[in-house]
Amino acid sequence: MEIEFEHRPAAHCENGVICNMLRHYGFDLPEPLVFGLSYGLFFSHMPFVKLAGLPVTSYRTFPGVLFSRVTRMLGFKMHTRRFLNQEKAMKALDQKLAEGIPVGCVVGMYYLPYMPIEYRFPFNGHNICIIGRSDDGETYTVSDPNATEKVHISRKDLQKVRFTKGGTYPLLGQMYWIERAPAQLPDLKPLVLKAIGKNCWYMTSQPSWLPYFGVNGIDCLAKQVRLWPAKYGPRKAGLNLAQVIRMLEEIGTGGAGFRYMYGAFLQLAAKMTGREVLNDYSRQITEIGDKWRAFAADAAAIFKHRAEAPTYDQVADQLVEIGKMERNFFTSLKQAIK
Amino acid sequence: MKVDEVPQDLKFFKGTVIRDLSYAVDENGNYKAVQSDGWAVKNDALQVTLDGIAEECEEIRQQVLRHEVSPLAYHLRKGLMDEGMLADNSGVSKRTVKKLMDFDHFAEADDDTLGKIAEALRISVEQLKTVPDQSPLTQTDTNNGNRI
Repeated sequence: MEIEFEHRPAAHCENGVICNMLRHYGFDLPEPLVFGLSYGLFFSHMPFVKLAGLPVTSYRTFPGVLFSRVTRMLGFKMHTRRFLNQEKAMKALDQKLAEGIPVGCVVGMYYLPYMPIEYRFPFNGHNICIIGRSDDGETYTVSDPNATEKVHISRKDLQKVRFTKGGTYPLLGQMYWIERAPAQLPDLKPLVLKAIGKNCWYMTSQPSWLPYFGVNGIDCLAKQVRLWPAKYGPRKAGLNLAQVIRMLEEIGTGGAGFRYMYGAFLQLAAKMTGREVLNDYSRQITEIGDKWRAFAADAAAIFKHRAEAPTYDQVADQLVEIGKMERNFFTSLKQAIK
Repeated sequence: MKVDEVPQDLKFFKGTVIRDLSYAVDENGNYKAVQSDGWAVKNDALQVTLDGIAEECEEIRQQVLRHEVSPLAYHLRKGLMDEGMLADNSGVSKRTVKKLMDFDHFAEADDDTLGKIAEALRISVEQLKTVPDQSPLTQTDTNNGNRI
């Protein structure tokens, strides 16, 4: 039994699952719009939170937040469940599928069989959508936004990835689904403007004594990067920098990627609200995305120990400049939508 | 980023259905979603991380050959886990996992326990019982286990 479900790949797993689910209920919203409406753009660098011994840098809000924000805003009633008993978690999933309801699941990457082995780090925050189950109950059909087509997973593996322990946080078989869709969407124009305002606030509202979040976090990262070579020596400093780039571009499809997605959102927002000025801001954030990419390429030259590599101070300067650009961008965007 | 600048550097995605999706602007300045095979910069970052782990594994491998630690210590690092995570995922107690890090204790371990540990580490019991003859640094294949 497989639910009739159109699978479309997405840049980011959580957005992707939301988009595919909403479309299943007849609401075809592009991924950048969902991302923008859930004001998902963010930055945080927390030197004291370590993942596998290296500090955590994040370019987006916390997992799970996007889904609840956007569904609530659009008038959907959704339901989330967590489980202590693994058998019960699988039974509850089977029941929803039998009712013809696609179910989103938070899973760990470590045991996910169709991922490239090098990507299967202990990371417990991937989102997939289960859309079918074979007649013998042994195989499930999965819409994974990072895959180009629908994939399959055995019951045993699915249970394992839903309950992977350790890592970022232990999983409790978390599953979510849409219980009731609205007859029609609310007027998106005011929601779009409100979401832009909120995102500006999230990026720039932090007081200077809270250096880890929003635009402040970029400066914080720049300061840390300057310290690394003296503090850790070339090898560990290189690993730290590689970690920043991995988080920037890979785990959660990072910094530049999210800036571009926000650019796409602002373009849609300009069309929907008739505010031409948002197109200018789309171009600006695209430029900022390009700076993030250039930073990543220069950082790679350092950790690959290439002859033409810049110094740690030079890439830190790039970050300071990006921080300034983002601060100006969000401060001025906030004024522009008033 | 322009549509024709979206990188197509296929490395880790090879042989899988996993791809990236990037948003980029076309010649008219309109944003479009473009599928990407990956980006060399990002591949390098992952490779450097994996190489770093391989270096640590080689040190541990030498210790195993000197019988200072058990093969489990090697496979634990190779499998990107720590003792607590392995205990949680295998159902073997943390105390037992700690004990099995010792070479002599490991040699006396029963197959049931080793089976649980091997499965949690995505390898076979045979693989778990030994370390490779070669340094992981010289292996071009970065595959660190069976796809189970």
